[in-house]
Amino acid sequence: MNTNFLFKHLKFLATATICYGLLLLANYTLDRYTLYIIALIGIYAIATSSLNLTNGYTGLFSLGHAGFMAIGAYVSTLLTFPVRLRIAYNLPLLPRFLGGPEFQWPFLPALIMGGLMAAIGALLVGIPVLRLRGHYLSVASLGFMVIVTTLAKGLKDITRGAAGIQAIPHYANLWWIYGWLIITVYVIWRLLDSSYGRAMLAIRESEIAAQAQGINVTYYKITAFVTSAFFAGVAGGLYAHFARSIRPYEFSFSMTFYVVIMLIIGGSGTLLGPIIGATTITALKYALKPIEEGLKIYGLVEVIYAILLIVVMLWWPQGIAGGITFLKVLLLKRKKGGEENVRISAGKADGA
Amino acid sequence: MLTYIAQQMVNGFVLGSMYALLALGMTVVYGILRLVNFAHGGLVTIGAFIFFYALSVLKINFALTLVLAVLSGACLGFLLDFVAYRKLRGGPEVALLITSLGVYIFIENITKLLASPQPYAFRPPPLFLQRFTFKGIIFSNTDIFIVIAAVVIMVTFAVFVKRTKLGIAMRATAERIETARLMGINTNKVIVTAFVLGSAIATITGFMWGAKYGQISYDMGFMAGVKAFVATVIGGVGSIPGAMVGGFLLGFAEILLVGALPAGFAEYRDAFVFTILLIVLLLRPTGLMGRKEAL
Repeated sequence: MNTNFLFKHLKFLATATICYGLLLLANYTLDRYTLYIIALIGIYAIATSSLNLTNGYTGLFSLGHAGFMAIGAYVSTLLTFPVRLRIAYNLPLLPRFLGGPEFQWPFLPALIMGGLMAAIGALLVGIPVLRLRGHYLSVASLGFMVIVTTLAKGLKDITRGAAGIQAIPHYANLWWIYGWLIITVYVIWRLLDSSYGRAMLAIRESEIAAQAQGINVTYYKITAFVTSAFFAGVAGGLYAHFARSIRPYEFSFSMTFYVVIMLIIGGSGTLLGPIIGATTITALKYALKPIEEGLKIYGLVEVIYAILLIVVMLWWPQGIAGGITFLKVLLLKRKKGGEENVRISAGKADGA
Repeated sequence: MLTYIAQQMVNGFVLGSMYALLALGMTVVYGILRLVNFAHGGLVTIGAFIFFYALSVLKINFALTLVLAVLSGACLGFLLDFVAYRKLRGGPEVALLITSLGVYIFIENITKLLASPQPYAFRPPPLFLQRFTFKGIIFSNTDIFIVIAAVVIMVTFAVFVKRTKLGIAMRATAERIETARLMGINTNKVIVTAFVLGSAIATITGFMWGAKYGQISYDMGFMAGVKAFVATVIGGVGSIPGAMVGGFLLGFAEILLVGALPAGFAEYRDAFVFTILLIVLLLRPTGLMGRKEAL
């Protein structure tokens, strides 16, 4: 325990406290609609941060995030769903090894269980696919998502099929959501500061070079993928207990696309990027929604997102967070004339 | 029973022809740029809608529509490469992938915006709807068209790649882009050709898809594109004959799984396809005809 370690933690704790203070303030001053959007931003920020671990830091391009979120959402919902309503909704009662028919799981263990199930799913896809080059992961994880949504649609006895599950208990409030966001960011931050994180960054830069350094590439890739899936599952569980209804198609390709675009626009490979991205994209969505509905041109928001994504990829792959770093360095340079700094940070932000 | 099996084989063959064509367009681009071109699926959608508007709304005859669709597909392929991909060449491969994803979403939603979120009934010219029964096996002119067109396109393409100068340049570029450039090959021209050809083929596949299923929608291209990649993986990524074999195998496998299992399993069709993908990646990641890819 050196002072640097303590200082960093104090800084993190202070940021988290300020964040909660702002939330408290928001809770008493803003209207319900705005608070709804703020909570959604938190859920998306968890999902995007976890995606950042694979796509941003380890250089694996996963497109199956919505699938992991779906697993988390369904598993946690099925565990917490009230016993009384199960019969009315034709949902199965819990088997004996999960607590028996009379038992209803508390929220926290149910969320964690949802995350763990998502992590197991990631392990199942990861073992065959992560030995190979990145492209296979994109398509295989996408395939995994399709498998999950198809099962959610098909297993009508367990999930009620395409009708989805409604009247889910409203457990996830602002405090739960932002608490989990802080945990997610903390875990990813600590992971990056450890030998694990350094191995992941090395893999991102060059798999061959990392292997030559004696890094067990597959092991670290799987670790990143599984950790990412766990938090995606938690985000899914929070979403289910916040929106209070889930349907299989909600967790399809468009959800994955949202999370990916939040990451890219916010800035992949940075801690703050996903949060900035989730905020910007969600705010943009709710700002544009009245226009889309007023003019009755459905698809407008997605078209704008797609154009944004392409433009960012072509001209500014570092995203918003990369832009902030760039500005910071630019200001520093004016003060000190430190040419070296600019080059370093420009290289750092390059790993989109 | 025997008729039933034969019928399923015919169905598998027709579906396989479509997948093989899709995989062909996909693998040409993948072989050179290592890009899983999601936009390929988008071009299938565009192709289907071009045929829909030309045939059902503007009432243009089929031959003219075909020419029109192929030409516009080719133009779109060129445009796509010029606008979205050219700038990223030589950069990280994943950047190309993300951009192609963006292009796909753009195409999907612009179609949704301009056409409608509801699916359209797709009516091919009446000639295509004529049905035949041969020893109890039912098939239509559409099926015959799909198979013949697929075979013709694939043979033409194989000859093009084997015999012509541009085709040889294409194979050389797929082998190793830097070396090809050193040998004086205009790799830019090769890449543009790959996009143009792939996109032109995709638009024709759009017609086949619509005629076969009788319905087109703005999001039809997604599954088409992803299944095309699954087919290329089964056949061996980057190999042109592999893509064709993979397409046929995937078509057969899909039909047989749906046909052999009880009726309740039909809705798991797409899940089967990806389970096959995962199994192939686990057991034989190079596919049936692919070479081992270097890390």
